[in-house]
Amino acid sequence: MSGMVGGIQAYHGAELYELSPATREPKWARYTILGLSLTFFAIFLLMPLLAVFVEALRKGWDVYWQAITNPDTGAAIRLTLLAAAIAIPLNVVFGVAAAWCISKFEFRGKQLLITLIDLPFSVSPVVAGLVYVLVFGAHGWFGEWLSEHNIKIIFAVPGIVLATIFVTFPFVARELIPLMQAQGTDAEEAAVSLGASGWQTFWRVTLPSIKWGLLYGVILCNARAMGEFGAVSVVSGHLRGQTTTLPLHVEILYNEYQFAAAFAVASLLALLALVTLGIKLFIEWKSA
Amino acid sequence: MSIQVKNINKRFSTFKALDDISLDFPTGKLVALLGPSGCGKTTLLRIIAGLETADSGQILLEGSDASNLHVRERQIGFMFQHYALFQHMTVFENVAFGLRVKPKNERPAETAIRQRVTELLELVQLGSLAKRYPSQLSGGQRQRIALARALAVNPRVLLLDEPFGALDAKVRKELRRWLRQLHDELHITSIFVTHDQEEALEVADEIVLMNKGQVEQVGSPLEVFRHPATPFAFNFLGTANRFDGKWARGGVQVSEDLLPLPHTQPAHANLAEGGNVIAFARPHDLHIEPNVEGSEGIRAKISRILAFGPTARVELSHATQPETYYEVDVPTLSIASLNLHEGQAVRLRPSQLQVFPAG
Amino acid sequence: MFAEYNLVMAQAVGKRVLPGFGLSLGYTLVYLSLIVLIPLSAVFINAASMPWNEFWQVVSSPQVVSSYRVSFLTSLLAALINSFFGLLIAWSLVRYNFFGKRLVDALIDLPFALPTAVAGITLSALYAKNGWIGSLFAPLGIKIAFTPLGILIALTFIGLPFVVRTIQPVLQELSLEFEEAAATLGATRWQAFSRVVLPALLPAMLTGFALAFARAVGEYGSVIFIAGNVPMVSEITPLLIITHLEQFDVAGATAIATVMLVVSFSLLLIINGLQHWASSRKRYLTGEDVA
Repeated sequence: MSGMVGGIQAYHGAELYELSPATREPKWARYTILGLSLTFFAIFLLMPLLAVFVEALRKGWDVYWQAITNPDTGAAIRLTLLAAAIAIPLNVVFGVAAAWCISKFEFRGKQLLITLIDLPFSVSPVVAGLVYVLVFGAHGWFGEWLSEHNIKIIFAVPGIVLATIFVTFPFVARELIPLMQAQGTDAEEAAVSLGASGWQTFWRVTLPSIKWGLLYGVILCNARAMGEFGAVSVVSGHLRGQTTTLPLHVEILYNEYQFAAAFAVASLLALLALVTLGIKLFIEWKSA
Repeated sequence: MSIQVKNINKRFSTFKALDDISLDFPTGKLVALLGPSGCGKTTLLRIIAGLETADSGQILLEGSDASNLHVRERQIGFMFQHYALFQHMTVFENVAFGLRVKPKNERPAETAIRQRVTELLELVQLGSLAKRYPSQLSGGQRQRIALARALAVNPRVLLLDEPFGALDAKVRKELRRWLRQLHDELHITSIFVTHDQEEALEVADEIVLMNKGQVEQVGSPLEVFRHPATPFAFNFLGTANRFDGKWARGGVQVSEDLLPLPHTQPAHANLAEGGNVIAFARPHDLHIEPNVEGSEGIRAKISRILAFGPTARVELSHATQPETYYEVDVPTLSIASLNLHEGQAVRLRPSQLQVFPAG
Repeated sequence: MFAEYNLVMAQAVGKRVLPGFGLSLGYTLVYLSLIVLIPLSAVFINAASMPWNEFWQVVSSPQVVSSYRVSFLTSLLAALINSFFGLLIAWSLVRYNFFGKRLVDALIDLPFALPTAVAGITLSALYAKNGWIGSLFAPLGIKIAFTPLGILIALTFIGLPFVVRTIQPVLQELSLEFEEAAATLGATRWQAFSRVVLPALLPAMLTGFALAFARAVGEYGSVIFIAGNVPMVSEITPLLIITHLEQFDVAGATAIATVMLVVSFSLLLIINGLQHWASSRKRYLTGEDVA
């Protein structure tokens, strides 16, 4: 469309479709579509988000404050942070390594490898928890050996960390693989041809060019790590103040009919979700 | 069918795409809208099609105002730059589409549709590809199918947006000839947009040369090539040597040198003595004189001689302004007879010179 | 062609020039095996060591079969609802301007970011008979929370972004020329949509549908709070794994997990196929595949 330079291309987004009678809907159709979309959005997304905070503050600020400063809540926060702090770096190292070999080299079975990396996403969280019970549980593969050596993994912190790693396993890798594949190998080859070592090439050339994608993967990984429920629930044992993460703590409070407290703790997680979406927007804006 | 464009204006935010365009497209002709990127030619084509709305002005189809007619009621055949073939439909279904979407009472019977599509596929010489999908076709085949699809609804006019733009050079040449032949068979009023002057000169009956949202010149290919009406027209069509100087002593004064107007050529009417002018000469309208002693002609130095065919191209630079380049076409034989060689100082004299007032 | 050739060349050269292939691939395979493959294989190995009739008894017991039905039907319905509204929302986001569009666009991902337990308790509060929405339906005699309808609500919530985020980019990049071509050929807006746009979006819609469905089948956290978990009525399959585990019946849990894994892997294969189909089509639809 050579004739359109500076013309249509000066427009972006939805205005484009308004320009041509061929892509413009009649008003009634547009308002119907918009009306249905926004109603669905309001009922299914906006209302639940508002409800978390309304329910959390239903009994007033004092109850809210008590709930989130409760020692058990504090312990849950610390455990949640610990699990995320272990899972994220491990999955970052893995994600970078996987993306490096997949995007910069040709080898057989690459497509299969990519599929296998995605596997944890398609496994039910409950099954994700169960697999570690089968390996490390009392009757699991290493159960006897572990109890002889007095090591506890299932119904203890290590199990929670393992389950968290499992469910957040693909996040970083699947952000980086397409990004690094699109970037090709030109920059790295140039660096190597200029005498850079492998690590120098990685730190100075590759890493700066993938930093936003990496951060994107990390915050998605973090959101899931801190919010995971099903997998962690299976391996936790629900020992209050010891093996409960924030989402499990929410469950306990809820099942004890301490609704306001449950929603108060839940509101912390909802805030985390909002912060995650905010950072995500910021990264999309930055890397656009 | 005739198409008239009256005082069309179109603005995209601050960019004036079309500035008061008025044109007449005669019935049965193949017209090229020619111009550089951003000159407004595609916008004009889309406004004629009804794919875009003008800010003001009228489009008359066969004398009646079509400005309020929706694109699907205008009965135009439009061929898109990238053809826009529906990829989930076979070639056959693509061509049949326009017939199948007609309201029930106008829709031809299935047998009639089949017959029409088969006819059209024969017309574009691709009858054997009816069952293929667009992704299985070459660029040239896609173009022909797109044309067949546009023709299926018996359009009153055919509008083609850069019909050869997406093809590689070799296929392009072949399809140009084909399109020309097809037009001679069908005689349907057609307008095509192109930025390629060679394409316009070769295929069109008439050329509308556009620049910056305005019409520079309208005429037959021969007219616009031989007698460019404006400096832009001269520059855009074919290669041209450009001389900036002053009008003096019946010629063009370029720094110290005088470029004489050939005796055979009448002087341009409204040139003021001493006024700034721009002069153009085609490469074959310049002569190389090895004798530097004379007082007329531009002094230049030969930088390169490309003598591959019967005509040699000589590249020169101005004697005192080495960043000013000229191109001259001479018969290859005369390279030897004039004893021309690279690095030689020569003078250039025009046998044809077009002078325009600068400004 | 040429670009592809270049790419192949670049990679072939890269193989020789760039370091770290052995290290990165080795680490990837070891870590993948330790965290994912070996633990997952434990399910199949343990299941294989069970006597067949014992395995069959667990996975075909009435309570479990009923949970398949509940999980399958609610997931299917939720994915269908999401396909419809997801298309409308994607369409609105790409084609129209409206107040608050950026906010809507950003919040579409809320179900990805909001922990499932939070979604679970919030939805049950909203849809309980004294909740904001539940109270509207209670007078009509419709119970939503603690019934299969509640499961449907939760699964619709978590599935929505999958559909919107697969359709949206395809719609965004769909060349306008196709709809314009349809219009010049005399098609009405509806004909252009149903015959030209919809087929073009089909691979993306199916992918989104399959992703939402796969996620819904395995979902646990957001469902159990609102489901009511009435045996034979509103128990989902993942819940039964937990139930068996709580009764220290690891073998039973493993048997059910085996069924779920087989379903998950099949869905994964289908989704991969759909995505492959979608991407091979995308090149054409965005006008990249010409000449």
